[in-house]
Amino acid sequence: MDLLNGFVALANFVLIPAIAYGSQLALGALGVTLIYGILRFSNFAHGDTMAVGTMFAVLTTWGLQAMGVGLGPFPTALLAIPFGILGATGIVLLTDRYVYRFYRAQKAKPVILVIVSMGVMFIYNGFTRIIIGPDDQRFADGERFVISARDFKEMTGLAEGLSLRTSQVITVITAIVVVAILFWFLNKTRTGKSMRAFSDNEDLALLSGINPERVVLVTWLIVASLATVAGVLYGLDKSFKPFTYFQLLLPIFAAAIVGGMGNPLGAIAGGFVIAFSEVGITYAWKKVLGYLMPPALQPDGLMQMLSTEYKFAISFVILVIVLLFRPTGLFRGKSL
Amino acid sequence: MIEVKNLHRHFGGFRAVDGANLTVETGTITGLVGPNGAGKTTLFNVVAGVLKPTSGQVFMAGEDVTGLPPHALFHKGLLRTFQIAHEFASMSCRENLMMVPGGQTGETLWNTWFGRKRIADEERALRAKADEVLEFLTIEHLADHKAGQVSGGQKKLLELGRTMMVDAQIVFLDEVGAGVNRTLLNTIGDAIIRLNTERGYTFCMIEHDMDFIGRLCDPVIVMAEGKVLSKGTIDEIKADERVVEAYLGTGLKNKDVAL
Repeated sequence: MDLLNGFVALANFVLIPAIAYGSQLALGALGVTLIYGILRFSNFAHGDTMAVGTMFAVLTTWGLQAMGVGLGPFPTALLAIPFGILGATGIVLLTDRYVYRFYRAQKAKPVILVIVSMGVMFIYNGFTRIIIGPDDQRFADGERFVISARDFKEMTGLAEGLSLRTSQVITVITAIVVVAILFWFLNKTRTGKSMRAFSDNEDLALLSGINPERVVLVTWLIVASLATVAGVLYGLDKSFKPFTYFQLLLPIFAAAIVGGMGNPLGAIAGGFVIAFSEVGITYAWKKVLGYLMPPALQPDGLMQMLSTEYKFAISFVILVIVLLFRPTGLFRGKSL
Repeated sequence: MIEVKNLHRHFGGFRAVDGANLTVETGTITGLVGPNGAGKTTLFNVVAGVLKPTSGQVFMAGEDVTGLPPHALFHKGLLRTFQIAHEFASMSCRENLMMVPGGQTGETLWNTWFGRKRIADEERALRAKADEVLEFLTIEHLADHKAGQVSGGQKKLLELGRTMMVDAQIVFLDEVGAGVNRTLLNTIGDAIIRLNTERGYTFCMIEHDMDFIGRLCDPVIVMAEGKVLSKGTIDEIKADERVVEAYLGTGLKNKDVAL
């Protein structure tokens, strides 16, 4: 019984949150890795692209809520995602047309594009704050729990409760669906193959029947969609605050790099590696160990390796450790 | 087919191509030789649209194609292969070939979702064509191998195969024989000759192997220091003193050297 209680506590406080967070990071990292693989620069504006997309989705959600449109037990935000994607795509394509295309035509070095993307990041940053403000915004509605801790205890008779939030379930399901569509698209369709070809060998792609501008356009479209979905899911799970999304850039980049830049599978693996490390290291293990260890060996302290304020540092420690042993990431990506 | 007029391409003060004039006649396999640094590859890059010329013009079938981007030239039937074979490493050899033709239905997002039937038909035709090409090149057993993992010589064959996926008018081969063993070199040579006679491809090829050139090329153009030195059959070229000089320097002029 203790073992079971221990496992329930582990699932409740570590596994489930880490899986949900990992899915969000994976979606974000996929966007970063696609831009890196195809447009060949590290897009620092990605976190704020997520914020822009989410902002449009939040505004739409409020509109829908005001009109009384809803999805019953599901959050209204799901209906708003397409509008968020539309908004993000519009902004991103405008940026590409008036900013990135200029530098592409110049054949600018990646480092220049990185700095350019930082400029874009600040502009997106300001844009989001002007429209929706810098504060925390809540937009989640519908049923909050699939299983609440109390129900779980009554159901199973265990001392530990397991709560499963709707947002967590939706996050994981959406992530699986989105990733499945993305991989089907990249591996099976002509457009997706063009993108991979462009990423494998740009020179050759340019000398074949591949239209580079179209590849770039489709890439931005996909990246804007991924960013919006990731952002909305994160916002549903926690809350929407522009600054948090800017900060998310760090674990997202860590995930993409750990997995191997330019490698979509790596981005997903990286997302989960970072999420599990972050949650696992900042979690106070006292409770779980209390169930699992014999009384004599039970810990006195909280057994928390790092306090949550340091969670962003963990991404970097993992990053450094992985790169020391595998300079191109877990899955062989392009060497940085 | 191709006419290059007073072409210049400078890199800073260095004149890689310095006023080159040459023509590649339709239906020929024209060889382009010259010592290292003669500007052959730069000339190729300018003609193929990878580099913009500093000045001068390139005509293809009488039409001015100077400075057009590579994929535009591709659609006009001007293709090139690389000195170091290029490939889409993460795709199979068959997929590599299937990537080549442009203007496929599946290229637009709309059709990806709503033109499934047409795409399927096209893909089937493409696949058949790719298999036919692989067979022509005697590498049909590599169809499902990742292109990044086949040998260097096989990658060169794949490069040649790429030109067969579309109706090429003229193909520029950049040292297609470099680093390839004799047996494979013969296979490549046979394929080039068959493409030339059976399908009417015009070739222009940079090559260093004089035997290979002698077997395939007529005429041969010699470049040195960014300029065209002479043009003629392989025997004429070998007998030309200026050519020997360009290759070996003036001191060796009177000795008996075979090129």
